[in-house]
Amino acid sequence: MISIWFFIGISLLVNGVLIFFAGLYEVWHPPAPEAQVQLFSLHASVWWGALMTVIGAVYCYHFKPGQKKA
Amino acid sequence: MTIPYAFVVPARLVHLSAVDVAIVVFYFALVLAIGFYLRGRANTGEDFFMAGREMTAWVAGLSFLSANLGALELMGWAGSAYQYGILATHWYWIGAIPAMLFLALVMMPFYYISKTHSVPGYLKLRFGEPARAVSAVSFAFMTVLMSGVNMFAMAKVMQIVLGWDINFSIWVSSLTVAVYVTLGGLRSAIFNEVLQFFLIWAGALLIPILGLYEAGGWSNLKLQIAQRASDQYVHLWSGLGSFSNNPMGINWAGIVFGLAAVISMGYWTTDFLVVQRILAAKDIRSAELAPIIGAGFKMFVPLIVILPGLIGLAVLPMKLVPESVAAVTGAHSYNDVLPLMLARYCGPGLLGLGITALIAGFMSGMAGNVSAFTTVWTYDIYRPLINSKGTDHHYVNMGRWTTVIGVLISVGTAYLVMQFASIMDYVQALFSFFIAPLFGTVILGMLWKRATGPGGFLGLLCGTLSSIGMWAWVKADPTALRYVALSPHAKALAQDMYQALWSFLVCIIVTVVVSLATKPRPDAELTGLVYGLTAVPSVGTIPLYEKPVFWAGVVGVVFFVLNIIFW
Repeated sequence: MISIWFFIGISLLVNGVLIFFAGLYEVWHPPAPEAQVQLFSLHASVWWGALMTVIGAVYCYHFKPGQKKA
Repeated sequence: MTIPYAFVVPARLVHLSAVDVAIVVFYFALVLAIGFYLRGRANTGEDFFMAGREMTAWVAGLSFLSANLGALELMGWAGSAYQYGILATHWYWIGAIPAMLFLALVMMPFYYISKTHSVPGYLKLRFGEPARAVSAVSFAFMTVLMSGVNMFAMAKVMQIVLGWDINFSIWVSSLTVAVYVTLGGLRSAIFNEVLQFFLIWAGALLIPILGLYEAGGWSNLKLQIAQRASDQYVHLWSGLGSFSNNPMGINWAGIVFGLAAVISMGYWTTDFLVVQRILAAKDIRSAELAPIIGAGFKMFVPLIVILPGLIGLAVLPMKLVPESVAAVTGAHSYNDVLPLMLARYCGPGLLGLGITALIAGFMSGMAGNVSAFTTVWTYDIYRPLINSKGTDHHYVNMGRWTTVIGVLISVGTAYLVMQFASIMDYVQALFSFFIAPLFGTVILGMLWKRATGPGGFLGLLCGTLSSIGMWAWVKADPTALRYVALSPHAKALAQDMYQALWSFLVCIIVTVVVSLATKPRPDAELTGLVYGLTAVPSVGTIPLYEKPVFWAGVVGVVFFVLNIIFW
């Protein structure tokens, strides 16, 4: 049976990748100043997306189907 | 009188980009995929209604917490934090942690070893059929109504935040829940609740991080709140000496005796919506550890709920207003604070994740309601009262059909609320009537062997009726609040606390008096149901750090320290 943690890994990984690249796009093509969110200069999407990607990848690897884990 | 569901709809708060929509769509695809994957594992009653009783402590614990962490809960309490300050944290700390630890160490062994399918099922074993019937019928009725009320409220939020059509929100979310719960039963609901737990934290944790950065740290945030509101907005206990000294209009006795000792104990230990998750644990140790794990995480939920409300109070340029004022003026209400903070800090991608967290919270709450309703209907109403000779396969089919019907009744309720907005207030009030007396009945049943069937039944009935009576009294004559809550300065929340306290006491007194006047059950019949007559199963010979009582102690110490820090 596929572990619930694997599904969570998939969710974090896919969302993390999407957010990371959306953030990178905004780094290269920043929106007009009036359309920017507060603290835009911190580029939260990039590091938050990267963090989610790493955690998701670890979960996917560790709980991949076929492992004997809950 | 027909009241339109919104007088003035303000312009939508946010616009989703393509990547945001992709994240939302991916969430729907994933929960449906989980439902289809688990459809082959819900063929027996034990699988469909109890998830096979094979959940680990972590899965059961996170699901237990998640079933309570709905989207309206998140937005409502963030709004309360904006309105009342840090006092709202009491509903997460003293209004939850002691009750969760009590459930783990005292009550769970009885639920678990009785092998009951539900809380009404325990009442049947302890007090007989009448007590079960009152509890089961009221719970089933209120659960689907509450689900409908929440569905409408969430669809309205999606309309305000995203501009989505209200019918679209209701039907897409409810049909998705119907599909995955019908296919996979409780296991599917639990899996999706754990997924939701992670999405909520991933989607909401950035707000306090960025908010504290913008405010200049906790010390500067407190200064800004003191300037814009009052110093009492950042103290948990120091303003609770009297009703008039804090923004909530309540005193310490209402919080300690009403909220902590009755309402929270009632909700966390007898509301089947949350207890069902723990009953699905694989063994007694997991069943005891699960609420402790839930309590550990519950202590930190204020980070993503209360703190954003406080930060909003300090940094948002506009002043938020009560819902009633917002409906007339089109201004933003207190309940909009979380979406407003989301829009303030989250760009493309992060915004989609935040919105997904809200949708996931709503759907998981609805799945919790529907799965609990299905179990109580099938095992506590249909089987004992309508058809007691069905096969296991028959009851599973009944469960699947009940899931669909429960969702449809919820949808119907949502449309009813759309036409008659005042129904929402009545339904929410109705739900609170049953919690406190039910806790009185269950706790006396577990701890006092002399409690009898007639005592339990009449105590539950009188406690519930007294609660309804007090509510109707204040509704008819608002000045009566000074008698119910013991102060002319008391506000609405104080009424809830004291109403619960009095109805609990009525239940206890009636149960004791009637029990002493009726014939007790023989001790042999109460084995496994009452303390003192039951050998509570041991968790086995394991190291100290693996014992539930050790972790309950750790959670208790952290809870105590947090209250001192924010005194």
